[in-house]
Amino acid sequence: MSNFRQSWYEAGARERIAALVDTGSFAEFVGPEQRETSPHLGIFDLPAQFDDGIVVGSATLDGAPVLIAAQEGRFMGGAFGEVHGAKLTGLLHAAKALGRDVVIAFDTGGVRLQEANAGEIAIAEIMRAVAEARVAGVRVIGMIGGRAGCYGGGGLIAGCCSTLIVSEQGRISVTGPEVIETNMGVEEFDSRDRALVWRTMGGKHRTLIGGADVFVEDDAAAFRGAARAALARPAKLDLDTLAAEQARLERRIARFGDAADATDIWRALGIDDPKAIPDMPATAFATLAAQYRESADDAR
Amino acid sequence: MRQWNTRKALREERIAAGAGFATGKLVRPETLVDFLEAVLRPGDRVCLEGDNQKQADVLAKGLAAMNPARIHDLHMVQSGVVLPEHLDVFDSGIAKRLDFSYSGPQSARIAKMLFGGKIELGAIHTYLELFARYFVDLTPQVALIAAVSADRHGNLYTGPNTEDTPTVVEATSFGSGLVIAQVGEIVDTLPRVDIPGDQVHFVLDAGKPFYVEPLFTRDPAAMTETQILTAMLAIKGLYQPYGVRRLNHGIGFNTAAIELLLPTYGEKLGLKGKICTHWALNPHPTLIPAIEAGWVEQVHCFGSEVGMEDYLAARPDIFFTGPDGSLRSNRAFSQTAGLYACDMFIGSTLQIDLAGHSSTITANRIAGFGGAPNMGSDARGRRHPSAPWLQAGAEADPDTAAPLRRGRKLVVQIGETFGEGNAPLFVETLGALELAEKLDLDLAPIMVYADDTTHIVTEEGIANLLLCRTADEREQAIRGVAGFTEIGRGRDKAMVERLRERKIIQRPEDLGIDPLDANRNMLAARSIKDLMLASGGLYRPPSRFRNW
Amino acid sequence: MEILHFDIAAPIAAAGTRKMALVGVVASGNLEVLVERGDAPDRCAIEISTAAHGFRDLWDAVVADFVGRRAAGGLRIAINGPTPCRCGSPRASA
Repeated sequence: MSNFRQSWYEAGARERIAALVDTGSFAEFVGPEQRETSPHLGIFDLPAQFDDGIVVGSATLDGAPVLIAAQEGRFMGGAFGEVHGAKLTGLLHAAKALGRDVVIAFDTGGVRLQEANAGEIAIAEIMRAVAEARVAGVRVIGMIGGRAGCYGGGGLIAGCCSTLIVSEQGRISVTGPEVIETNMGVEEFDSRDRALVWRTMGGKHRTLIGGADVFVEDDAAAFRGAARAALARPAKLDLDTLAAEQARLERRIARFGDAADATDIWRALGIDDPKAIPDMPATAFATLAAQYRESADDAR
Repeated sequence: MRQWNTRKALREERIAAGAGFATGKLVRPETLVDFLEAVLRPGDRVCLEGDNQKQADVLAKGLAAMNPARIHDLHMVQSGVVLPEHLDVFDSGIAKRLDFSYSGPQSARIAKMLFGGKIELGAIHTYLELFARYFVDLTPQVALIAAVSADRHGNLYTGPNTEDTPTVVEATSFGSGLVIAQVGEIVDTLPRVDIPGDQVHFVLDAGKPFYVEPLFTRDPAAMTETQILTAMLAIKGLYQPYGVRRLNHGIGFNTAAIELLLPTYGEKLGLKGKICTHWALNPHPTLIPAIEAGWVEQVHCFGSEVGMEDYLAARPDIFFTGPDGSLRSNRAFSQTAGLYACDMFIGSTLQIDLAGHSSTITANRIAGFGGAPNMGSDARGRRHPSAPWLQAGAEADPDTAAPLRRGRKLVVQIGETFGEGNAPLFVETLGALELAEKLDLDLAPIMVYADDTTHIVTEEGIANLLLCRTADEREQAIRGVAGFTEIGRGRDKAMVERLRERKIIQRPEDLGIDPLDANRNMLAARSIKDLMLASGGLYRPPSRFRNW
Repeated sequence: MEILHFDIAAPIAAAGTRKMALVGVVASGNLEVLVERGDAPDRCAIEISTAAHGFRDLWDAVVADFVGRRAAGGLRIAINGPTPCRCGSPRASA
């Protein structure tokens, strides 16, 4: 069973890159032997990692040259620090300069508390770099399906991508479940009710509500196929795109703003048995989603 | 003239006193505290469920709310000290003396209260031992039990979480004591009768189900490569050579990893049908893949497990179920099964010393014993032979003539050399000794004694204590698998190599195991969701375990 | 952080031609090992960066055991984030 299907969720950053790119095509930038480690973590008696938790470089995907980044979700929860952020910013600058598409495997809880200022600045720089690259015609494809999800600043960056590929385990949000509970109370959002967390932020819901574009099985091969397809799709970013996105979001809140739970939204989308969604197998769900989902295709 | 029915007469008095707060057997819920004060007497011996998993939580709250001026100095006898109310009664003086078995959730507070003299300790027992004393010198005068539902005659349905209840009721009711049951609802017809109504004197409709904790669910996503390595060692180095078919797994990640390796690693070794066929075990979700793959013939359960009810009911060939289809568990019988009808116990502990004694007691936490000392002990009353039992006996004592040579149950401690917080598994002096001194106990609370322990498995290998002939050999065998702990670093290298030649120590490479093979791809399920899928959707994991 | 340096004689020389290998991740119950080629083929240099303080004796024993038993000669090894529960022989192969 799991010997044949390589779980994206289980894989580390380097394993994800190896699964995505053509064999032997990956050339790492600022690799671990450069020892560009965090200048901050030692103050907190925290161990550094040689690649500061993100692997970046160039590769080919079915012959097509791409730049690629993968966050290591197991190191500091994949969170952005100064060096980590700078590597992604630099990669996106290179993408614009070279006119090369970018694939980003997100796996992040947001910004590292220990490097908060540098991290927040990095998020802003990355969002700007994504926008500039996209204006220059570059595709920026995000993939979300790891343990840490895509939270905080990562969620903001994901919102700037041209295509988002997500699996069931993936989660996309800005504020995390515990913070929502602390601020709004447990009756509003019980962060220990993980079924609720996934209904609200998980891959299936994001797909249905237009927050993600492609839903795939927890399978590295499926992520690779979806990335390949996304690289073949046109992607532009101009004022029309932004206007369309604004309109889409306004329509969305008008349509679903009163919904108390994701199941209400799914019902409003026309799905007969919304409660069956969470346990639905991936293929069946993808078929259903194709028919009923809110699309953001003209707004990305 | 001596009176011979004083106990029954006292029970009749209690019933008459309680009748004022009840309609027939049904206690009026708003009068619960007055009712309890009416039926109890100061100094009573009271059994409160208080089980490993389920709790008579409404009755416990009622007990704790009594006026200590009216009811005080109770002697509590209960399996599990789990809820805060179980200790609140000692704080307020309602209770004075305690005999129990397990106190995991309250391990810090109970330690404080014992040191502070707030609790007079009778003794800490194993489950079966405590149940045994219910029939000899700790017979409860009043039992406060938990059931799923009752009918108007007081017949009770205890359902999947039957656990200790039949044992408690048998001792109390037939010992002329009073039985009071809290139930989730009163119905006209019960799904099945677990406790007959003439053994039950009062019933309280709590209006909601009793409290149950999921204790036996281990998330495969959290399993580490080291745990997988120790599981491979156990299967190849113990289960296979001894041919262990009948066994109990103590709860823990190391044993859960073994369960998940049966359909994969066990299959590769060609062991299906040869090992792990008959179990005394709680319904571990991690056993689902092995059951579905046809490894398991039968399992008897001590209790149930939250989320497993539908799966159990759909597998009556494997589990003990009633005419209604739901699980029937029974801790006393499962403990007996583990004692006499199993050829192996394997579990984890916190500390092992150089003799091989193990304990989970630390300076500030007293978790009690639960069932482990019972499961993890050689049953000298056993008479029927089995291949693993005889083989272990021959290893322990090769000189005695075979017809006079008893077998040995395999009692295995499995774990990593360093545990949580970098605490070494192997120590010079057990924390239990320090505790015995502090509390002036006759015995240090030892979970599994050295002379019962047959093997120790760590990521460094397997130590076979059956083959050791001297205390020195035993000590070095233990040091030989203690890795880089201080105990391990203090080994006599030459002697350890000699022990390895005699197969008293076997390293992974000696068993043909490559540690690089110990990775998560070998698990038959790598997530709670995988377990749910393996069960065909019958297993309904509690929300806290979901990631979808 | 404790940074521990070891530079010891290595009886068995490492084979192969790969310039570098990386295994593991700095995370709870895990560690990162970077293996590179060093200068002297009969020596092994190891640098351990750990937040678990006071285990010098333990690392001494681990390093001695590893270098004594494995083909570690001519290698430079850097380890990030180990704790005693993850001090078993590194799985890197160069």
